[in-house]
Amino acid sequence: MNDFIEKNIGVMMLLILFAVSFGGIIEIVPLMNQNVVTEPINGLKPLSPLQLAGRDIYIREGCHVCHSQMIRPLRSEVERYGHYTVAGELVYNHPFLFGSKRTGPDLARVGGLYSDAWHQAHLYDPRAVVPESNMPGFTWLFDTPVDAAVLPAKLRALRTVGVPYTDDNIANAAQGLEDTTEADALIAYLQQLGTLIKDRR
Amino acid sequence: MSSFFSALIIVGVLGSLLAFFLILQMNNRTNNKPGQTTGHNYDGIEEYDNPLPAWWYWGFIATIIFGLGYLAYYPGLGNFSGLSNWTQINQLEVEQAVADERYGPIFAQYRDIPIDTLTSNPAAMKMGHRLFINNCAVCHGAAATGSLGFPNLTDEEWLWGGDGTTIETTLRHGRNAMMPAWSSVLSNQDIKEVTEYVLSLSGREVGAALASSGQAHFMTYCTMCHGPEGKGQAMFGAPNLTNDIWLYGNSRARIEQVIKHGGNGAMPSFESRLGSDKVHILAAYVKSLGES
Repeated sequence: MNDFIEKNIGVMMLLILFAVSFGGIIEIVPLMNQNVVTEPINGLKPLSPLQLAGRDIYIREGCHVCHSQMIRPLRSEVERYGHYTVAGELVYNHPFLFGSKRTGPDLARVGGLYSDAWHQAHLYDPRAVVPESNMPGFTWLFDTPVDAAVLPAKLRALRTVGVPYTDDNIANAAQGLEDTTEADALIAYLQQLGTLIKDRR
Repeated sequence: MSSFFSALIIVGVLGSLLAFFLILQMNNRTNNKPGQTTGHNYDGIEEYDNPLPAWWYWGFIATIIFGLGYLAYYPGLGNFSGLSNWTQINQLEVEQAVADERYGPIFAQYRDIPIDTLTSNPAAMKMGHRLFINNCAVCHGAAATGSLGFPNLTDEEWLWGGDGTTIETTLRHGRNAMMPAWSSVLSNQDIKEVTEYVLSLSGREVGAALASSGQAHFMTYCTMCHGPEGKGQAMFGAPNLTNDIWLYGNSRARIEQVIKHGGNGAMPSFESRLGSDKVHILAAYVKSLGES
């Protein structure tokens, strides 16, 4: 049999493909289809247009490079950051912003932890409020207006991957954002992170 | 998990263990004499066709047995939760219960001591200091001296009241200041005048004419919260304007800015974050800051 497979490259390719995908089919596919993963938790809403703009600034400025958004169910993490992250909170996240490195603290439940004024001071010059911080200041966010014109297209794109935005949401996405800066948007995004689960544990 | 996927996992995992075992058996059997080759010849290199070494064979068998034991004890076969009923969540809960039992009493021992007494307990104040550094310093500063928009806790001014119980309430439930923006009510000239009057309250040098017309606006709009003499009211978190302590800066321009756009200082609530025992210690520590 060995001889036969070695001499018929097509058969070998098929068998390799089978061997490689076998683990994935058994280990990954069932997990992706669990109810806890596919069903949103109670009260979960898609991001508002302003928050969505903030999320894209979060991605653009690379916040996820130094901040994670994933509290693991370990006592030390729950003690520090709050209730561990559950999959149902992240159903509308496209892409996930788990991050993989904590130069700064985890942000999965930063919503409501500080006031808006604190976030403004901190984003402008982190050392003004946290002297030992090594986070860069993001001063330009304060005088760059939010690009509201692209928001309807962003909502539409997210709808195609399953985020339940209505036609009304999309039509009105750009409204009322004329005087908002990117800092406002980013803070609006940060202030909703993880706020659905109120228990600290 | 649906029963289809559960079955897929069980069949897949157990099936592959069985397949490994059968392949192992097939390869372990040989009718050849020792030293006989497979007959392959690669550029003069030949390979023996000996049975598997016994240590290797039994090592493989041991891993299969370990695997079966592991799958029986821990959740690994679809919806079967394992004989141990282990989940990462109940492991966390056990760890938390152990920690609560161990560390809870350390904080609970001060629960019934009134804040005014607790401030002179060095052990409690040491704890309070650590809690402060971890939870409060991010806004109020490591020395508790505050910064622009975040109150200094070491001076005599207490926006929401400085007695022990009030501080504890503040920490427990948080506070939201509501200084409205007056730019829609007052003209720029009006705001200039009120600013002059407000400055005069703390004895700053001001233009007398501007200040006296500012007083009229002050009496109409500001006394509701700040009081007729500008001494503030802790019930609304309205600061005393006569003591030259300025949350948002003491320059004319700063004060004008606050009157124009308002100020909504927000103190988050710590009850759910820390639990009431830690809040109690922390309240005593914060009180002690103002006393030193």
